[in-house]
Amino acid sequence: MNVGKQLKEGLLTQNPVLIQLLGMCSTLAITTTISNGIGMGVSVTIILTLSNIFISLLRKIIPEQVRIACYIVVIAGFVTMVDLLLQAFFPDIAESLGVFIPLIVVNCIILARAESFASKNKPVAAAVDGICQGIGYTLVLLVMSAIRELLGSGALAGNQIFPAEYSASLIAQPVGGFLTLGCLIALMQWAQRKVKGGK
Amino acid sequence: MQWTTLFDIALGAILINNFILAQFLGICPFMGVSKKMDTAVGMGFAVIFVMGLAAALCYPVNLLLDKLELGYMQTVAFILVIAALVQFVEMFLKKAVPTLYQALGVYLPLITTNCAVLGVVLLNVQNDYNFIESVVYGITGGAGFLLAIVLFASIRERLEFADPPKAFRGFPIALVTAGLMALCFMGFQGLRIPW
Repeated sequence: MNVGKQLKEGLLTQNPVLIQLLGMCSTLAITTTISNGIGMGVSVTIILTLSNIFISLLRKIIPEQVRIACYIVVIAGFVTMVDLLLQAFFPDIAESLGVFIPLIVVNCIILARAESFASKNKPVAAAVDGICQGIGYTLVLLVMSAIRELLGSGALAGNQIFPAEYSASLIAQPVGGFLTLGCLIALMQWAQRKVKGGK
Repeated sequence: MQWTTLFDIALGAILINNFILAQFLGICPFMGVSKKMDTAVGMGFAVIFVMGLAAALCYPVNLLLDKLELGYMQTVAFILVIAALVQFVEMFLKKAVPTLYQALGVYLPLITTNCAVLGVVLLNVQNDYNFIESVVYGITGGAGFLLAIVLFASIRERLEFADPPKAFRGFPIALVTAGLMALCFMGFQGLRIPW
């Protein structure tokens, strides 16, 4: 097991959003403010790690034919737990993330990691994989929400950087989500080409 | 039954709050199967079908959960209903309408993890829609998905011949295109029914 390699994969070379292009819906929808981004990122990381461990433990018991249904039930259970915990302890974040918390169930990142990693590896490796991929996802959310909050409302984590009148509120709208993510992925492709060209 | 309310819901689901371009539900299939026009149309119709059925089926399920005071089991119950529904639809179509089954192909099972389907069911509960309103919201939400994916596929077919900067090739330029489409759909936000 190689923690460093897995971390590098999660953050850069196999980043769930920028390279694997998974979990688009939540990435686009909730990255309007930094607090939303962090809330979503941490929730997904926790659910991803727990479901990875659990599915890895059960990997020899779950029959091949109904595995997807089993994964979904496991994931839905953890999502419900996180949903209830958020509502109890962070009602503001639960309010602003709204329907996207229960929708983590169908976030392709979690199902994809369950299918491609957790079902083939030991629990410890699966846990590390969940944490690394989760950090990669959170990082993208953080960058995107920072860009969109700064340009869209002139604030950063709630602190006004420049007056809101000079901001481009379009960036905080759905349009801005598509454009920001498009530019980030383009940047990633450009960087990949640079790295390959340098070798 | 008030027809105007239903019309209002339909208009909202198709244009004003389009599931993909305004609410970000169902982006994965939107990006994944929009490279060719015919697959996009097939996916769109499959989604209308499943979303309408899911909305209809989850309404009594939700009533039952409320009665048993198991409201917190909503997410688990709904995703199970949707997964089972998709499985049954697949089996039924295979037997009864093989031509349609062939046309939809791999897209049917993929619908289980389409967040638009789970999204519409959850939104129905959140908005306190009654049975008919739920079904209308489900079907028209699917119609909005069809509209967006067909428009997007037709743009994407032409995009193949375009010459964007190297870094933007493939996925990024598709996202930018979707962004511009979202910008167009923002124009519908001024639409309100006067009565």
